[in-house]
Amino acid sequence: MTGKPMRGFGIAAVAIITLACGAQQGQTSATQTDVGVTKDTITIGGTFPVSGPATAYYSVAKGADAYFEYTNAHGGIGGRKIKYTVVDDAYSAANTPAKARELVQDDQVFLTYGDLGTPNNLAVRDYYNQQKVPQLFVFTGSSHWGADYTQYPWTLGWQPDYVSEGKIYAKYMLQNESSDKIGILYQNDDYGKDYVNGLKQGLGDKASSMIVKEVTYNTGDPIDMKSQVNALKGSTADTFYVAATPNYAANAVTNAIASGWNPKLYMNNVSNSTSTWRKVAGALGASSAKVDGMISTVYLKDPVDTAKWGSDSGVGLFKTVMSQFGGALAPSQPCPADGTDGFCVAGMASAFSLVDVLKKANADGQLTRKHVMDIACCGFNETNNPLLLPGEVVNTTKTNHFPIQEMQLEKWQGDHWVTFGQVIDARK
Amino acid sequence: MNARVAGFPIYTLVMAGVALIVFIGIPLTTNSFQTFQFANVAAFVIAIVGLNILTGYSGQISLGNGAFMAVGGYTTALLAAKWPLPFIGFVPYGYTIPLAGLVAALLGFLIGIPALRLRGIYLALATFALALAVTPVLNNYDGFTGGHAGVFLKSATPPFGLDLSNDQWLYFMCWAIAAILYVPAFLMLRSRTGRAWMAIRDSETAAVSSGISLAYYKTLAFGISAFYAGIAGSLFVINNAYVDPDSYSLALSLTLLIGLVIGGLANVWGPILGGLLVVWLPYFAEKSAGFRLGPISLGGKPDIEFGIVLILIVFFAPNGLTGLIGRGIRWYRSKRDAGRGAAPLPAPAVLEEATQGGEPSEIIG
Repeated sequence: MTGKPMRGFGIAAVAIITLACGAQQGQTSATQTDVGVTKDTITIGGTFPVSGPATAYYSVAKGADAYFEYTNAHGGIGGRKIKYTVVDDAYSAANTPAKARELVQDDQVFLTYGDLGTPNNLAVRDYYNQQKVPQLFVFTGSSHWGADYTQYPWTLGWQPDYVSEGKIYAKYMLQNESSDKIGILYQNDDYGKDYVNGLKQGLGDKASSMIVKEVTYNTGDPIDMKSQVNALKGSTADTFYVAATPNYAANAVTNAIASGWNPKLYMNNVSNSTSTWRKVAGALGASSAKVDGMISTVYLKDPVDTAKWGSDSGVGLFKTVMSQFGGALAPSQPCPADGTDGFCVAGMASAFSLVDVLKKANADGQLTRKHVMDIACCGFNETNNPLLLPGEVVNTTKTNHFPIQEMQLEKWQGDHWVTFGQVIDARK
Repeated sequence: MNARVAGFPIYTLVMAGVALIVFIGIPLTTNSFQTFQFANVAAFVIAIVGLNILTGYSGQISLGNGAFMAVGGYTTALLAAKWPLPFIGFVPYGYTIPLAGLVAALLGFLIGIPALRLRGIYLALATFALALAVTPVLNNYDGFTGGHAGVFLKSATPPFGLDLSNDQWLYFMCWAIAAILYVPAFLMLRSRTGRAWMAIRDSETAAVSSGISLAYYKTLAFGISAFYAGIAGSLFVINNAYVDPDSYSLALSLTLLIGLVIGGLANVWGPILGGLLVVWLPYFAEKSAGFRLGPISLGGKPDIEFGIVLILIVFFAPNGLTGLIGRGIRWYRSKRDAGRGAAPLPAPAVLEEATQGGEPSEIIG
């Protein structure tokens, strides 16, 4: 017990102790840089549900981080290593503003990339745009990002948007199942409403007669979805259109089948990870066959479908990256190299696009926020993404700020998805 | 500013000086995010001062002060950014702060009346229900509250052309309000009212037989507590420039109680330590990626680390951090009086003392 000098107000000392900080400043070599870029590193950030009811999406960050580590091991961005700082907002938009501040003002990130969740990104896009920090390739398919680009030029999406996806299902229904009585479950926010609006727009005049019941939930609600499913089961619905995040969606479908409702199933793309549905099938046991035929959409290659992609070089790269770096972000729960976690695939695919953008900016000698945004928003044309379906292009122009627009329908069979039909341009 | 270190005027002055230097120094030496965090500390301090009055002094356990914060927060959000008043338009956020307190206080009084019939664990349960109800109620009336999509406010900027960044302005504003609100709380607790509360806390029967009106003082405690919570809720909304129903989850109410107990129940300075702890402990827990406890990796698992630290504090400092510091000061004095080291400032060596397993001490303040 040695007496320490200086004591008094606990407050004073505690406050002082907390003040360790070293702001990184961009160093200027030949390349023009901004905050977050040093001669060795590029620090980027992202807000993700590391905890809470939407943790399935954390895999997007894991998949992306694995690809960054792979890039770092292969020369980085002109010698600079990408450092990905992921902070947890638990998928609650109430938490996101403080976390965004932490990334920009405390961690001094160059840009944020992949931030997950529609309400979460909406809650902070004013902030990022005021600060002129790129909010790049956000991981949500809300139509806001592309549609509001003029007002929010520092925010850009990546994946196909939900309205367009909803229209694809509507088109399929009208062609094949036009007598369906549809019951809808959706998350009560802009994300869920986008899916519902897309479906209604696609169904057109038939929407009011085909849609017989709509129920909602809020993020943070109990996960079981029993009351919602019972309300739908009690209606005349024979078709279940699910616009819910993975855990909620899985419970909703499980309960729909366990309760004996057995509707035809349409699953939003954001919840169609193979691992999710294998778990559901496992939990349902003998009645798991009732999940078969569930329809969803896909824009990425599915490594689980070895018959189709077994010898594909892009999927080969995915397996290499994940087996080497899959656990870089979360060693105890790594991205599986077999691709059963579709969010790892999505994360790596979008990380590939970001690396592409950063490499272009570096080649131009301008690793600046402005220049990175200029490349991504308005003239990006990536034709070699290893994990997108063949023929898909990540593309933006001065008037189009929806980077990916093509999707294909798929059906669940036993323990995997099977694609069918043509790749559809979702915006046509 | 300081009054409670047993008749040491010079010591008091020095401490006040140090506190002032620290207060001014924080926004000058920290980065803008840390300054912002300290602004949130001030908001938490205000909320915990309010809870301290209700729970610490008048002895009514509340798990629901987050609900009062929600009322205050939404008063500010709706007036400043969602529902323009006739002839006035949107109310400037600064004017909404006292309004937030008053609206919350009104709800506090109303809740206080039925709460009169409840004591101890039953009151805790009733207020628990209140905390649980907040988010669903706010979601349910989404036409009025904006529901799950939340309400966006303009970022608060410094008035009068002050040469401050936004975060520095938030810092000074929040702490100025905290200081202003500390004074009446401090005085009240030393007045007839404060003594009445403590009498009720210690024995309702004895208090009644001394002529204290239970109904009056208990509802008063609820109302005042809610007033503080409402102001704090308002400041949170202004700081974040965004609010949605999840902002006032049950976790917030529990966080307030944690801050109060860890800081030191029924202690004037407890809320400051409590506020610092509930804001900064999760932050450091998150930043401690790679931290290991033997074979168990704790890095990047803030909740677990937070929990462990809380357990340690409750275990080693049952009277909260202020109790621990008070014990440290007494330990130091007894050493010094025994003829050793005459430094001008006491050195309690907080945690080391704790592991020595000193005798339990009573609450100071």
